[in-house]
Amino acid sequence: MTSQHTGEMPAISYNFAYLDEQTKRMIRRAILKAIAIPGYQVPFAAREMPMPYGWGTGGVQVTAAVLGPDDVLKVIDQGADDTTNAVAIRGFFEKTAGVATTTATTEATLIQTRHRIPETKLSENQILVYQVPIPEPLRFLEPRETETRQLHALEEYGLMHVKLYEDIARHGHIATTYAYPVEVAGRYVMDPSPIPKFDNPKMDDCPALQLFGAGREKRIYAIPPYTTVRSLDFEDHPFKVQRFAKPCALCAATGVYLDEVILDDRGGRMFVCSDTDYCNARQAEGHRGEMAAPVSSSGGAVLPHPTPLPHGEREQGDAPSLTLTARGAPEGAGEGPFGAEIAS
Amino acid sequence: MQTQELARGFVDPVFAAQGVFRAAMWALSRPGRPQELATDLIPPAPLSPEAAALALALCDYETPVFLDAALAAERAVGDFLRFHTGAPIVAEPGQARFAFISNPLNMLEFSEFSQGIPEFPDASVTLILQVASFVDHGFTLEGPGIKGRLGFGAAPLPEHFAARMAANRTLFPRGIDLLLAGAGQVAGLPRSVAVKEG
Amino acid sequence: MYVAAKGGEKAIRNAHKLLAKRRRGNENLPSITLEQIAGQLSLAVDRVMAEGSLYDTNLAALAIKQARGDLIEAIFLIRAFRTTLPRFGNSRPLDTGEMLVRRRVSATFKDLPGGQLLGPTFDYTHRLLDTSLAAPDAYGEVYDQADPVPAMSGEADPAEKMPRVTDLIGAEGLIEASPDEDGAEPFDITRAPVSFPVDRATRLQTLARGDEGYLLALGYSTQRGYARSHPFVGEIRFGDVEVVIDVPELGFAVSIGDVQITECQMVNQFKGSAEQPPQFTRGYGLVFGQCERKAMSMALVERALRWAELGEEPGAPAQDEEFVLSHCDNVQATGFVEHLKLPHYVDFQAELDLVRRMRREASEKSPADEMKEAAE
Repeated sequence: MTSQHTGEMPAISYNFAYLDEQTKRMIRRAILKAIAIPGYQVPFAAREMPMPYGWGTGGVQVTAAVLGPDDVLKVIDQGADDTTNAVAIRGFFEKTAGVATTTATTEATLIQTRHRIPETKLSENQILVYQVPIPEPLRFLEPRETETRQLHALEEYGLMHVKLYEDIARHGHIATTYAYPVEVAGRYVMDPSPIPKFDNPKMDDCPALQLFGAGREKRIYAIPPYTTVRSLDFEDHPFKVQRFAKPCALCAATGVYLDEVILDDRGGRMFVCSDTDYCNARQAEGHRGEMAAPVSSSGGAVLPHPTPLPHGEREQGDAPSLTLTARGAPEGAGEGPFGAEIAS
Repeated sequence: MQTQELARGFVDPVFAAQGVFRAAMWALSRPGRPQELATDLIPPAPLSPEAAALALALCDYETPVFLDAALAAERAVGDFLRFHTGAPIVAEPGQARFAFISNPLNMLEFSEFSQGIPEFPDASVTLILQVASFVDHGFTLEGPGIKGRLGFGAAPLPEHFAARMAANRTLFPRGIDLLLAGAGQVAGLPRSVAVKEG
Repeated sequence: MYVAAKGGEKAIRNAHKLLAKRRRGNENLPSITLEQIAGQLSLAVDRVMAEGSLYDTNLAALAIKQARGDLIEAIFLIRAFRTTLPRFGNSRPLDTGEMLVRRRVSATFKDLPGGQLLGPTFDYTHRLLDTSLAAPDAYGEVYDQADPVPAMSGEADPAEKMPRVTDLIGAEGLIEASPDEDGAEPFDITRAPVSFPVDRATRLQTLARGDEGYLLALGYSTQRGYARSHPFVGEIRFGDVEVVIDVPELGFAVSIGDVQITECQMVNQFKGSAEQPPQFTRGYGLVFGQCERKAMSMALVERALRWAELGEEPGAPAQDEEFVLSHCDNVQATGFVEHLKLPHYVDFQAELDLVRRMRREASEKSPADEMKEAAE
């Protein structure tokens, strides 16, 4: 054979959900062990996928191994069904598995997510698959796998507490706002993937099965339904989640995670639900935020004045302003979008 | 030499394996709650159809398999599993990643099997016990996957079952995981579950 | 009213159409053929086969075309295809001593059995742009010892055996023996998760598919004193070797074809110990195709990674097994680096809030407090 020779192209065909059966078995075995040892990272022989590492190859492999013909799949990125990577992954499974897909959280049997947990409470028959970039919660404190593996084996998590406490000493806050470490079922400290810590409480005692796939780092881990998941904290600095001062500008939802949208170069901005399905469903039910089209409007809505900066931070204990304010009315100066952090 | 026709495997390997895996996955996710496990396999006795389905869905050349005395005594069982899964059948229980127990009453101690190591607790066996029936009493279960508490029982199970499971629980995160294969059902008892009498 | 940006699906479709258009380039010119890529950009094809871990010139050429010449993208395409292929087994170890040699140089001996054979090399070319290549070209007949019918007489006799340099000095016991085959199936890094420390097969496999530029830099660092190993190129050889697999069902071995490979045996100094007389050690490099730079870099890094078994002092980057092997895969690296362009606004929102809050808190502090903090 020489480099000059080029012959016939091989016929290329792919299995259901892309992965071959042996690979699925290998991943399935890892999933079963992950469920049996909540929060422990099971090494698995992640395959090279037809999408880049870091773009959801772990989640995609877990989904491909779990997915069946009767499943209804939902894929979200940043809480939204229509972000480009979510669209690409959903398209991948439509193409390779031909499964039904949905954007409705309640209709889905399997939800693959990057960076969010849906606002709608999950049910017992649902599976939530997280895409994980760095599965090791101790990685930024100790880069060596050989070391962190020992620390987990010895249940030696002092390093993590020291790090969190150093934040408090330096900043007065735990400076971790996403990928906030949790302790699962009283044993393993686990990285919840880069979800905002706002979502951490949703993991605790969740009726759905939560599976985590890290393709590049070749790890799978799991939280079974109804499992205790505790965000690490201190007695004098209890874990708190972000709370937004204003409701969603489109659906008026409160107590949800909002995206900040910059409207102009004069400081105009608005806050809207990160979970697009939740937001759309509320709007369909008639809820209207200050920037939404009026219910009766069939187009030609008037653009309201961009909202000024929302309320700034309040000290804990202050009741955050969560009531719907008059449409477009100024709300006073402030720097942060969050009303407060509240203990979960 | 007697020639015996080899019992067939899954008619639709891709979807059958997926369905059986999903049953096992939910079984371990919801300890003590038997899940539907339908299969049309007709494996050589005393291997049960449900245990055979779990074997075909989960085992392959990477997973050494151990058979209890009753299964090992039937050559057709080993031939069936070897042919359909490619798994090596081992005589030493400590080498097995899956162990099939057709007669739980006189099964080996859990400690005979691989229980993982502190750094890799997943490197442990999954025991597949063939049982005849499930009930909702006899033992009380608590732990991940269970909302509150759950009554559970199955027959046959080995003597001092709760004590065995309690000893297994103290090893956590090391330990063995159990799948109980009954008629048309599978139940899971992962190492994380706390099992008490009553 | 605010309307959220939608239409991810349509945007993706259009972006891919645009990509296809750019790939095609000027439609008044003929589309480049795979034969042209494989024949005229053969070193690009070799690199894609080597780091893609799949020996198929045709598919590598296709991947290069599809990737618009982006070789890491082409490697990625090949890897994603390779992973879907069934694994039939492992071959017998390649016998590079039986290679149909197209190039062979040794830096350690002036002459040796089989001779030095320059073959197709950039070495000793004057790096002057050759404008004649801009025009359709013609070449006279050139001798290639591997051609079936030699067109011209050459310096080396193709009939003469070419024993490996390391075998020649090994006969005197001057260099450590190459490990014997233990008959066990080698660890396959594409089928099982790697855990550290790794064995030799894992180390070599990982390096063999590692990024050429990364290994080049690390190998270079060992020459500059970061784990210096006093290397000599015992031999570099490039040519065709037969791949043979045992077929238990047939009871005999079958040749499944030839592959072109580059092998580099680096000969390195070793002081010896109380138990062992002084002996040279080796660093080993082997890659698909003609990729000398990669084979040499691999050999340097392989040798540096053996510090523990050879009783050397650690401390240099190239000696750090977990660091070197965890970061040498360019498909993994490019994916994770480039994933930073995916939306991260949920996490950024959380960070924005914290920074705003902390800035506000800082500005609310009394001047006395700030003074106090500054004094600390």
